[in-house]
Amino acid sequence: MGRYVGTSVKRVEDPRFIQGKGRYVANIQFPDMVHVAIKRSPEAHARITRIDTSAAAAMDGVVAVFTGQDFKDGGCGSLPCGWLVPDTKVPDRPIVVTDRVCHVGDSVAVVAARTPYIAADAVEAIEVDYEPLPTVVDARGAMDEGAPLVHAEIEDNVSYHWALGDQEACDKAFAEADEVVEIELVNQRLIPTAMEPRAAAAQWDAAAGEMTVWTTSQNPHPIRLLLSAFTLMIPESKLRVISPDVGGGFGSKIFHYPEEVIVPWVAREVGRPARWVATRTESQMTDSQGRDHVTVAKLAMTSDGTFTGLDVETWANQGAYLSTFAPLIPTALYITLLSGNYKMPGVFGKVHGTLTNTVPVDAYRGAGRPEAAYLVERLVDLAAARLGRDPLELRRQNAIPKEDFPYQTPVAFLYDSGDYDRLMATAADRADYAGMRESQAAARAAGKLRGVGVVCCIEASGPAPSAVAGSLGSAVGFWESGEIRVHPTGQVSVFTGSHSHGQGHETTLAQVAADELGVPIESVEVVHGDTGRINFGMGTYGSRSACVGGSALVRSAEKVRAKVLKLGAHLLEAAEEDVVYDQEAGRVHVKGSPDRGKDFGELAFAAYTAHNMPEGMEPGLNFVSFYDPANFTFPASSHICEVEICSDSWEVRVLRYVAVDDVGKVINPMIVEGQIQGGVVQGVGQALTEIGAYSDDGQLLSGTLLEYAVPRADLLPGIEVDRIETPSPHNPLGVKGAGEMGTIAATPAVANAVLDALAPLGVTHIELPLTPERIWRAVQAAGNGA
Amino acid sequence: MRHRVCLTVNGKAEEFDVEPRLLLCHLLRAYVGLTGTNIGCDTSQCGSCTVLMDGKAVKSCTVLAVQADGCEVTTIEGLAGADGLHPVQQSFWDNHGLQCGFCTPGMIMTAVEILERNPDASDADVRHGLEGNICRCTGYENIVKSIVAAGTRATS
Repeated sequence: MGRYVGTSVKRVEDPRFIQGKGRYVANIQFPDMVHVAIKRSPEAHARITRIDTSAAAAMDGVVAVFTGQDFKDGGCGSLPCGWLVPDTKVPDRPIVVTDRVCHVGDSVAVVAARTPYIAADAVEAIEVDYEPLPTVVDARGAMDEGAPLVHAEIEDNVSYHWALGDQEACDKAFAEADEVVEIELVNQRLIPTAMEPRAAAAQWDAAAGEMTVWTTSQNPHPIRLLLSAFTLMIPESKLRVISPDVGGGFGSKIFHYPEEVIVPWVAREVGRPARWVATRTESQMTDSQGRDHVTVAKLAMTSDGTFTGLDVETWANQGAYLSTFAPLIPTALYITLLSGNYKMPGVFGKVHGTLTNTVPVDAYRGAGRPEAAYLVERLVDLAAARLGRDPLELRRQNAIPKEDFPYQTPVAFLYDSGDYDRLMATAADRADYAGMRESQAAARAAGKLRGVGVVCCIEASGPAPSAVAGSLGSAVGFWESGEIRVHPTGQVSVFTGSHSHGQGHETTLAQVAADELGVPIESVEVVHGDTGRINFGMGTYGSRSACVGGSALVRSAEKVRAKVLKLGAHLLEAAEEDVVYDQEAGRVHVKGSPDRGKDFGELAFAAYTAHNMPEGMEPGLNFVSFYDPANFTFPASSHICEVEICSDSWEVRVLRYVAVDDVGKVINPMIVEGQIQGGVVQGVGQALTEIGAYSDDGQLLSGTLLEYAVPRADLLPGIEVDRIETPSPHNPLGVKGAGEMGTIAATPAVANAVLDALAPLGVTHIELPLTPERIWRAVQAAGNGA
Repeated sequence: MRHRVCLTVNGKAEEFDVEPRLLLCHLLRAYVGLTGTNIGCDTSQCGSCTVLMDGKAVKSCTVLAVQADGCEVTTIEGLAGADGLHPVQQSFWDNHGLQCGFCTPGMIMTAVEILERNPDASDADVRHGLEGNICRCTGYENIVKSIVAAGTRATS
């Protein structure tokens, strides 16, 4: 163990943020810049019969107005989908539509103007006539006979069907089951709502034929690839994509969006730098959204509570078009997680990816895994209720024992390591679970609606072995690059292809590099988010930056150490086997004689002066590695939540929230705890307050933060965080993903607690979010009405 | 129609010729060049754009520039003194009170006002005081901790 990994190093990126010096895309300013604004469709599905841009174009300060035809004629390609399961039907997704809009917010026309206010006025002045077409918004209803078609050429609105698991074993489990519990539930649409609205800026250098694009992306290199090969058609060598400071993403900033094409295209067209910044409402109706499943499922078990089978059918709403990775989420990141933390021989799941007149759906924090966890953990609570068993005890009975790892599930994944019984025992201990149950009994006796929710959840993080991703439908690989450039003075620049939009990589990856090389952390800088400085990278999502990006840096550090060791031996006139690299001190010395040695800085300098190099050694000290993970990593959570429901207002009050997580080895405990806490509150948001709601005619009813209720500071009384560590055996840091566990576990933890509180009233299910109105209605429906 | 407005931003008096509809947040960002004040919503919900106007925390997306005429405005850039970071800024750094940093300027400006009114603010006081500010990253836990720690309660 080095000096830094495992300690709560304060974040090196913070000084700029706390002083208002964050480098966000919206802060980019050029003197002659044009401001881009976009005319959005107010209709969910309509034919465009007329667009008149003349009044807008004539306005003082308007530089240009463009329609979809201009982009088409100007050489822009359609937005591609980067993940195709077999027989996926992909609707055409133009940058700006020409004749038909498919969801509220679809781009219809584009204005470039001298100021943002003039651009907004000009957008208002564009006249568009729409001929409304019938709409469909429901994931399952989209497949109904006679449902309106979102795209005429895609039959039944089905983009794909997909299935995984052992159907025979599953059927057998149900044929032989003593008990079966069933559920039908909706995992509601969510709007990710990063606090920074999306933005893009671009500068075209006509003389050099070079374009620079700044974008609020979690992965600038894949965006450059897509811009170059599919949409903007500028060669990668002439295209630089920069994602500077990005104000949160949660998945929604992974994808290739129309505005990333519109802005550079406009900049080139008008010959001036251009910038577009989304309003919040634009973000709510154009950022890819999350979840939106309808699921029917059943769980088979023996009379002693042993789970034997799980059968799942899900309709996954993909929205009007396929966003960049859309088909991945309800397939290889959802069905694969249905085994949960439990031994169950007969798991089988199938999913139908459907198209509707809604904003496209893609990854949102957890992405597929929260949908699986919510389903499995609700079913387990129903099973406990059926058997009259304590829900924690039933989970511990069925948990995969630690001696069974690596554990092959019936749904493709090989879990790397874990100790779920200890995880749950730790959570129970930390929460005083027995005491909670006692006080619940007392509260119930006093007529109060008190509930305790417990969950055990699994995640697959750190995507992914590239060959596996390819076999599942990916168009790209999921390795990561890490470059270590040691400067002649011994200062170190680390270049990572992963991207921080709040996770703190400038600190954690510096901790890793500093320990691997044995240098002070102050001498390490971490560079990310710029295709002009980093050779390539796949970016950040799926809690992959430490597992994959961190591992790439370890590999590069090994190469640096090997060269430094060889050079050191040469300069010390010793045989290579007679010297050691002291990783604590960052020094090469003769074995047994610490005084006979060379410091890291001396050796770096020697590598660059190259006056005295070993035979055949090249000058310089710069290594890059491309790390392709051997497997996903499998973090796990056990969370316990205690709630009380007011029987007058039907509001849910969270009394305690205890989160115990296993994310393997931890680089920076402070940052990991922050990730867990933030994740938990997002998951609680899904449970209690958030819903991306559409009317039947496709109007987004939660298009501002007035209607879309993200959690505020008083939603929870605080979160108690603890952890256990089962290191991942297959990456050099032993780390697992930490970014999404909190979100995955919190939704079912709160839902289970609320339904536990309502159990005496005979309520067994309420669709999320568990608002007072929904709870009141469920209580009335269960026959408790006054 | 344009208006002349004169306001003091971070101690410096400046005059601007503005449209009547110009928002204070846009004046600060585009005219004064202070981009630390972030804009996170259009409806005064998120509080990212919070600044101090004559000592009171206001959402600068809800104030017209002409309404700020004659006022003293302090933005996040004006908070640190000659002797270094403001105690609230320092506390956010010490307590990991930020992740992506986008809501942070507004959180810090609101926190300054919360502590101005009640230096002894408790955890619950702070949670209540932050009702107009949204953070999507931290779950508020460390923001609350940062603000309480910057007050007198932590040491009393």
